[in-house]
Amino acid sequence: MNAGTAPRRTGLHWPVTIRLEQRLTVPRWLSPALTIGSVAVALLLSAIILAIVGGDPVRAYLHIFEASFGSIGVLSDTLVKATPLILTGLACALAFRMRLWNIGAEGQFLLGAWGASAVVLFPILPAGSPAIVVIPAMMLAGFLCGALWGLVPGVLRARFGVNEIITTLMLNYIALFWNQYWVFGPWSERGFQLTAQFPKEAWLPRLTDLADVVPLFSGLTVHLGLVFGLVASAVVWFILARSRWGYEIRLIGDSPRAARYAGVDIGRSIILVFFISGGLAGLAGMSEVSGVVHRLQDRISPGYGFTAIIIAYLAKFDPLRVVIAAILFGALILAGREIQPSGVPAMIQGTILFGLIASEVLLRYRVRIERHGMVG
Amino acid sequence: MDPIVILNAGVATGTILLFAAIGEILSERAGVLNLGVEGMMLMGAVAGFGTVVATGNPWLGLVVAMLAGGATSLLHAVITIHFQADQVVSGLSLTFLGTGLARVLGEGLSKAGATALLPTLTIPVLADLPVLGPILFRDQSVLVYLGYLLVPATWYWIQRTRPGLHLRAVGEYPTAAEALGVDVYRLRYAYVVAGGLLAGLAGATITLAIQPGWFGDLTVNGRGWIAIGLVIFAQWSPFRAALGAYLFGAISRFILDAQGPDTIMGLWNPFHFVHSLTFFLAMLPYVLVIVVLVVGSREAVRRRLGAPAALGTPYVRGERGA
Repeated sequence: MNAGTAPRRTGLHWPVTIRLEQRLTVPRWLSPALTIGSVAVALLLSAIILAIVGGDPVRAYLHIFEASFGSIGVLSDTLVKATPLILTGLACALAFRMRLWNIGAEGQFLLGAWGASAVVLFPILPAGSPAIVVIPAMMLAGFLCGALWGLVPGVLRARFGVNEIITTLMLNYIALFWNQYWVFGPWSERGFQLTAQFPKEAWLPRLTDLADVVPLFSGLTVHLGLVFGLVASAVVWFILARSRWGYEIRLIGDSPRAARYAGVDIGRSIILVFFISGGLAGLAGMSEVSGVVHRLQDRISPGYGFTAIIIAYLAKFDPLRVVIAAILFGALILAGREIQPSGVPAMIQGTILFGLIASEVLLRYRVRIERHGMVG
Repeated sequence: MDPIVILNAGVATGTILLFAAIGEILSERAGVLNLGVEGMMLMGAVAGFGTVVATGNPWLGLVVAMLAGGATSLLHAVITIHFQADQVVSGLSLTFLGTGLARVLGEGLSKAGATALLPTLTIPVLADLPVLGPILFRDQSVLVYLGYLLVPATWYWIQRTRPGLHLRAVGEYPTAAEALGVDVYRLRYAYVVAGGLLAGLAGATITLAIQPGWFGDLTVNGRGWIAIGLVIFAQWSPFRAALGAYLFGAISRFILDAQGPDTIMGLWNPFHFVHSLTFFLAMLPYVLVIVVLVVGSREAVRRRLGAPAALGTPYVRGERGA
C-alpha cells in the first residue's frame, strides 16, 4: 500500500517509482542494523555540519575516541560519566516502555543529589557516623527525594489526566532553582556557589582507594555507583521481562485499551512506574554527589537527565542495552567537554535521535523501487 | 514597583511567548504536536542575531530568523507526517538538535556587543488612554504591535474562514477531511512550518528586540516549553494564549523588580534582604504552568473541550481513522 513517499505521478516522468510497502514480518537482524546504521549516519551528518562551520570533524572524532577509550585511566573516567547515565537511562527506559514520557529525570537527579546532601549537611545523621550508616542513608534519601519528585507528575497524570511531558519539564526547572536556593543560601560555603565538602564517611568507595592492595588501581576514579547502575539494570530487566507487573507495564505500553479490558489498574502502574523511575534518577544524583563531586554545587549535571532520553531510545528501552548506550554517551560527554564549539555533543545527540526515529520507518515499511511499466 | 511599568514590560516579554504559542496552536490544530519549540526558538534567535551582527539590518535578521525556525520545523514535518514517526520523540530530538546546532552556530556571538534593534513605537492617540495606553501603546517594540494584530487574525483564520475550517477538520478527523478533498499531508506540512516560522519569530523577538544578545541556550531558557504549556492552558484559542502569555511576562518582570524595594505595599520585603529567596520567585512561572495544566485539564473534562482529536496520531493515507 502506498504510504506517502510515492512520488506524485502527475506531470513528472520518473524513471523509477519508489514505493513503501508495509512489512508483515521484520527480519531479526534489521533492528540492530538500523540502530547502528542510524548512529553512523548521524555521526556523518554531524561531521558535515562541523566541517561547514569550519571545524575539523576527523580530528574531533579522533579526539573523542582517544580521550574516552585511549587508556585505562580515561576509560575509568568514561565509566564515571556513564554511571549517572546508566541510572537515569534506566529511569527513562522503564517509564518509556509504558509510553509514559518522563522527561523529568534531570529534575529527579537534582532532587536526589539534594536529598543525599541533606543527610550530611542538615545534618540528619550525627557528625562522625560511620560510612556503613551514612552511605545507605544517603542512598535512601537520594532515591526517595527523586521518587517523590517523580510522584508529582505520576499522580497528576493518573488522577487528573495532566500531560506528564510538560509537568516533568517544569519540575526540572523548579528542582534547579530549589538546589540553587540551598547552594547560594543556607548551605553556601563562604558565599560561593557550592557547599562544604562532605566528610570521607559520605564518599562512595573508589577503585583508587584500593591502590595499596592493587597498585594498578591507583588514580582510577570509578566508584561504587557503577555497581548501583549494573544492579539496577538487572533489577529493571527482571521487572520488565520476568515479573507479572512488568508484563502489565508492557501491555499498557503496547495497547492501553487491551490492558483496560484485561482489568489492569493503569493508574496504579503509572504512579508506581513514576515512583521507581524518579527514584532511579534520584539515586543517580546521590551517586554523583557522593562518588564524584563530594559536595552539592550549582550545575552538577551537564544534562544527564536529557541525554538519558536518547540513551533509553537508543537501547530500545532494553535495560541491559542501556548500559552499553550509557557508556558510549559517557565517552561523548567526557571528551566533548574539550571540543569547540561547545554545542557539538548536544548536536550529535540530537542527530542520533533523529536518525533513530527516522530509521524506524524502515522497520515498518519495505522500500520497493520499481521500473515504470511493471505492474505495481 | 510601579504596576504600569511591570505590565508594560510584561506585554513586551509576553510577546515572545505569544508568537511561540500561536505557532504551536496552528501546528496542533492540524494534529501535529511539536515539542521542538525550544529548539526552533533558539535557531531563530541565533540566526536573527547572527544576521544583525553580520549586516547590521534587524529587518533582514527578522526574516532570516523566521526562515531558520521554519527550516528546523520542516525536519519534524517530514519525520512525523511522511515517516509517521512518534511526534513526541521527534519533537524532543528537534529540541536537542536545535539547541546543539544553535550553540555551534552562535560560537563567538556572545561577544558581539550592542547591535541594531528593531524600533519601538508610541501610538499617538492610543497611548494617552487611561491605564491601557501606557501599558499597551507606549514605547513598545513593533513586534509587540504585530502580536496585537496576529491574535485576532489567527482567531479569524481558524474560526471564520474556509481554510481554517479545513485546518480544524485535519486536526479533528483527517479521514473525513481527506474524503472531502482536503490534502491532509499538505495542510499538515503547511501548519507545522507556520509554527516553525512563528517560533523563529519568537526567538528573534528575544535577540532583536526585548532582551538583545546571545547567551547560548540561556537565551531562550525554557520559554519554548512554557509556550507549549500555555497552549494547553489556552485550550488552543489564540485569545486565551495572549492572556496567558502577557500574564507570564508580567510575572517574570515582577520577579525581577521584587528584589529592589525594602517594602512592598507597606509590607516588609523578604526578597530585598535575603537574595537567595528570589529563587523561590523564579520557580513561580513553572509552578504556575503546572497549576494551570491541572485546572485546564479539569475544565477540559467539564466543558468537553480539549485537544484536537487527531493530535499526536499520524495520518496514513488509505487507512481508516479511529
